[in-house]
Amino acid sequence: MPTTRPDVSADGNPRRQFLKGCAATGAAVAAGAVSTTAAARETYQRPPEALGLLYDATLCIGCKACVAACKRANNNPAVFSTADKLWDTPLDTSGYTFNIIKMYRSGTMTTKDDETNGYAFMKTSCMHCADPSCVSACPVTAMVKDPTTGIVAYDPQACVGCRYCVVACPFGIPKYQYDSPTGKIGKCELCRHRHKDGHYSACAEVCPTGATLYGRTSDLLSEAKRRLALQPGSVTTYPRGNLSGGADQSYEGYVGNYKQHVYGETEYGGTQVLKLSAVDFEKVGMPYLSPKSSASTSETIQHTLYGGLLMPFAVLGAMTYVAKRNVHHEDDAPADEPGKE
Amino acid sequence: MANTSLLKLEGDAGITAASERLGMPRREFLQFCATVAAGLGLPQGADAAVAEALATRKRPSVIWLHFQECTGCTESMLRAEHPTLEKLILDVISLDYHETLFAAAGHQAEQARKTAMAENKGRYLLVVEGAIPTRDGGIYCKVGGQTAIDLTRECAADAAAVIAIGSCASWGGMPATDPNPTGASGVAAVLGKPVVTIPGCPPNPYNFLSTVVHFLTFGSLPPVDGLGRPTFAYSRLIHENCERRAHFDAGRFVIEFGDEGHRKGYCLYKVGCKGPETYANCPTVLFGDAGAGTWPVGCGCPCIGCTEQGVGFSKPIHMLAKVKNAEPPQQYPRIVEEQGMGATLGSAAILAAVAGAAAGGTAMVARNLGLSHKAEEAEKARTAGERTEV
Repeated sequence: MPTTRPDVSADGNPRRQFLKGCAATGAAVAAGAVSTTAAARETYQRPPEALGLLYDATLCIGCKACVAACKRANNNPAVFSTADKLWDTPLDTSGYTFNIIKMYRSGTMTTKDDETNGYAFMKTSCMHCADPSCVSACPVTAMVKDPTTGIVAYDPQACVGCRYCVVACPFGIPKYQYDSPTGKIGKCELCRHRHKDGHYSACAEVCPTGATLYGRTSDLLSEAKRRLALQPGSVTTYPRGNLSGGADQSYEGYVGNYKQHVYGETEYGGTQVLKLSAVDFEKVGMPYLSPKSSASTSETIQHTLYGGLLMPFAVLGAMTYVAKRNVHHEDDAPADEPGKE
Repeated sequence: MANTSLLKLEGDAGITAASERLGMPRREFLQFCATVAAGLGLPQGADAAVAEALATRKRPSVIWLHFQECTGCTESMLRAEHPTLEKLILDVISLDYHETLFAAAGHQAEQARKTAMAENKGRYLLVVEGAIPTRDGGIYCKVGGQTAIDLTRECAADAAAVIAIGSCASWGGMPATDPNPTGASGVAAVLGKPVVTIPGCPPNPYNFLSTVVHFLTFGSLPPVDGLGRPTFAYSRLIHENCERRAHFDAGRFVIEFGDEGHRKGYCLYKVGCKGPETYANCPTVLFGDAGAGTWPVGCGCPCIGCTEQGVGFSKPIHMLAKVKNAEPPQQYPRIVEEQGMGATLGSAAILAAVAGAAAGGTAMVARNLGLSHKAEEAEKARTAGERTEV
């Protein structure tokens, strides 16, 4: 069952709210209140109106228009990895690169979407997990998942810069701006800041082939399954832009030789960004993840251990015992004092 | 070929005579030779060889056959606006048989072809324009009672070289579009051997002219790719030299004809431009010598891939092109990109030295602390003992 999360955006100052929460917890403990032992936490599922993207690697032509559009939409500077510094050439997502097209290479790289002697593209950006590890790891309320859209959003006002989210993410998405003294976490937020202007994710808006498609994840999932059911090589209609609304930009194209798996349908309870590929997902950097999220596992362990402050009390008791055993007071000690020569 | 300096040819009597024959100033003639040499991608000095060849060699006899086509190739060649190009086409070569440009007709024309073939046996150029119908014995195209297949085979037998001009002659082109009721085929398929092809609908006249001049100058046809296309003209994708390429890279696309992006000259990929899968020199050579922008994409019309078999006339215009290359910005990160590097020997040594110094220092401080404490204790004990004694 989806567990509801507190809507942190309701309060204007999340830090204050966080501190309030700390105080409240402290007070509760002081009052000797013992909470019920936390039951095993279930993996959260996508909200019904969750928004996301569908990336179809067989349609991607590697033009990187989405990378350029993402930079523009998020006001990010170019990142250089070549000596000439002419093109924006990030090697991976970073605090200034939220979306990147990576390339799988094999042998002679002659045919696209071929696992041997071929090449394939893969988009690397936030998957907007149903049960995000970054949100689970965040000790404050800087990483939050919107209860309606499911967008995993970042609030720099609440962030304390601990970078737990950077370590927690199984896809290596949130990245820290290490070069700045007031660094922030950088990650894709599905262009939520552009929604109010009637825009949607810039990468999907600009994609010339519809390889990146925006829409409700439920719609995207049925579109992905439609594609998997088609005969490879046959002609079908591919939508472009926004699947769940907006002008029809569809075109006819050839069906790719898909691996029969929608990445993100079940991984870690499902992600809101879905992917299709003709090359094995593991090989294009998409790890196979169990339907049970690591966030639910770790939270179950933590909440069991710390439920009712059992763990701290147990540790405190053990330490007190050990300390007691090893400390010898001078009075108790037999005559062996210095100066008694 | 001996002379490699165009300047030395300035006063050459042969050059003067050639320029007079072509009705153009001497300097303009030399400029034309240099342009052709450059267009062919020939090295420095070749311009002089071209000039000498044009001035001294006998004009090659050319037999030009028309089959299933619209005569667009011939028409576009005649309308090329390069100064005196039509003069050169008619004077550089000896056009002995050309159904569109012939003054003669009927048996007279056929006789001219037979005479030219007999006189220049093994030395004439055969140019074929238009596809050749092969179904039902080739009865769907006949000239002078002979089928196109027969004519092609007859003329090709003693030709020095065969050039297929236009997409129709190259692989069948427009007449070969599905369901191809006449079985239209290219020249190479009918002859069963590769020929030089100058595909395009119509092809750029300079690509044809340069091929002919190359033949005239060096006695051989220019290097070709696997489809018989001269590499000087057809080795690069349209996408690579397209003036709208920057828009493609930045993701600025025309969404529909007449929209803001279209008016601003954005990339036409989304409306079906086949530039990324079509090999031709259109963006660099342009058409009609009318200045910048005079080629399909420059005018806001997506490339239809007319020079590319399997794209032009077969892939629907609204379908998207398969991008054949991954050129600049060509840097694609790998799936796992190793960043940074391991510790160098120097940095490791410095780090070890610092760590050693810190550890040593800490040990010394600890030892001294103990010593001073011991000394203090000893002092205390001594004073206490003294006090007792006193």
